[in-house]
Amino acid sequence: MGLLSKKDAALIKDPLADDNPITIQVLGICSALAITAELEAAIVMSISVLFVLGIGNVVISLMRNIIPSKIRIIVQLIVVAALVIIVDQVLKAFAYELSKTLSVFVGLIITNCIIMGRFEAFALGNGPWRSFLDGIGNSLGYGVILIIVAFFRELLGAGTLLGIKVLGDPIEKTGVYAFGYENNGFMLLAPMALIVVGIIIWVQRSRNKALIED
Amino acid sequence: MGLKESLHNFKEKNKDKKWLPAFSAIHTFLYLPNETTHNGTHIKVADDLKRTMNTVIMAMVPCLIFGMFNAGYQHNIQVGEAQAAAGSFFSSEFWTMANFMIGFWKILPLVIVSYGVGLGIEFIFAIIKGHEVEEGYLVTGMLVPLIVPVDIPLWMLAVAVIFGVVIGKEVFGGTGMNILNPALTIRAFLFFAYPTWMSGDKVWVEGAVERTNEIVGGANLDAISGETILGSLAQGKEAGYEVMDMFLGFIPGSIGETSTLLILLGGLFLVFAKIGSWRIMLSSALGAIVMGLIFNQVVDSGWITESSKFYGLMSTTWWHHLLIGGFAFGTVFMATDPVTASQTNKGKWIYGFLVGFISILIRVFNPAYPEGVMLAILLMNVFAPTIDHYVVQGNVKQRMKRLKAKTA
Repeated sequence: MGLLSKKDAALIKDPLADDNPITIQVLGICSALAITAELEAAIVMSISVLFVLGIGNVVISLMRNIIPSKIRIIVQLIVVAALVIIVDQVLKAFAYELSKTLSVFVGLIITNCIIMGRFEAFALGNGPWRSFLDGIGNSLGYGVILIIVAFFRELLGAGTLLGIKVLGDPIEKTGVYAFGYENNGFMLLAPMALIVVGIIIWVQRSRNKALIED
Repeated sequence: MGLKESLHNFKEKNKDKKWLPAFSAIHTFLYLPNETTHNGTHIKVADDLKRTMNTVIMAMVPCLIFGMFNAGYQHNIQVGEAQAAAGSFFSSEFWTMANFMIGFWKILPLVIVSYGVGLGIEFIFAIIKGHEVEEGYLVTGMLVPLIVPVDIPLWMLAVAVIFGVVIGKEVFGGTGMNILNPALTIRAFLFFAYPTWMSGDKVWVEGAVERTNEIVGGANLDAISGETILGSLAQGKEAGYEVMDMFLGFIPGSIGETSTLLILLGGLFLVFAKIGSWRIMLSSALGAIVMGLIFNQVVDSGWITESSKFYGLMSTTWWHHLLIGGFAFGTVFMATDPVTASQTNKGKWIYGFLVGFISILIRVFNPAYPEGVMLAILLMNVFAPTIDHYVVQGNVKQRMKRLKAKTA
């Protein structure tokens, strides 16, 4: 990365793996459980969070010296709320069906722990450029996990990816269904998302010795 | 040099090999190892964990064999090749070779898959983690085929066993550390993942699904269907079976759960071998009876009329609840699992009572889960440590009070 200094590059790279907001910091779990039954919804959710967190971090960082610390949470909330409303309206205008699937969870980005967490932990103490990179990095880390979970849940639960029937047709009995395969309905239920996230954490920790706690 | 000695030498020679746990698991299963203590101040007990497990398996064998006969019997009744065995346990219509062979060839693969996959995972984990293979799966592997419908596809069972053993047990640290009963975790997984194979009127009789497909394909045959009693009652239909048949087990259901009589015998065997807890068995029967009586009372006082969708199960005579469905099997063989049940005596009473109470509650109020005992036991498994905690704390408080009274 010629563009970024080593320190800046780490801001993007770390949250993708060793400091992942979902699997390491265990933030933003609720939306990871709720909207990962379909890959499409997970991708849109990731992009929405990318937008909100990237811009939000910059805005908070620019204002960090003028926000009185007593009311900083309220200020942060207003910034997120404004950005989330923009996302929500855009989705309603251009992807109405999808916004119905995501339903309340777009609105709930406001309470997504990752966003408030990054505002508090990073944007309040760093310049706009670094805050921007941190926002992008964390939302990418969030998105990666969301997409991995959604990939497995949609593939095994419904036999589709992005709505395309990759495993064949369950009613016509084509593809793998001809051999007696059946969709795993459990994958579509929220507990299974938690278990899939748990398995990702397990794999990650057993591969990376630095993460093992006693 | 005998075989026993050479096996021991073989073990000594390969002490640092990675696969040694796999070898010694089989070794200790067959022979008492040489490393036992022979003197000193140790407590000597004749039964290690493997013997305990084997005793439970022995208690289940009658249910397994009965299940094989019953699987064939239900099939033959449906296709019209057998007469109903009327109310007598030793009915010659039931104990026929034809019945047994159908069930045997259907159930043997289930047992093999359950043990093969489950023990395979235990061995892999033991080798990776470098500890001895744990015995916990011996009982689970026998329970699993007994609590599934006879027509379950083998690959589904394999997937569920992998899930149950890895997520239900190994992630918590293996045998003795699991929160949930692994066999019930496997069944719950099957139930939520493949509901069409775990409920309805097609899966309980061997060949029913196949027959349905043939009919869809244009074959001119009669459909086979056999609903469990709970399934019929939940839909407001008549049970359709004599009470004696329910007790003896000539009814459709999961493989091992139908014969209350044999489960009772197995339960007595466990109690006399001091392996199963009679407190849990008794108190959960009590819990079920109390709930059943409450529901009967509700019906008697006219709060629920026949138009209600709960009427069928609510008006079931209270003691019939003990005979139908998986209640007896779950109570005797699964609620008593020493790892996941409460440990304290008082705790066992509370735990057992709530298992029975909640089983019947779920059974009646949630027609989507006609068998409540699975969910009730899993739920109480989660609460068992909490119950124990308060029982112990209560005891501590009482003794403190006594101490104060003494010193004062």
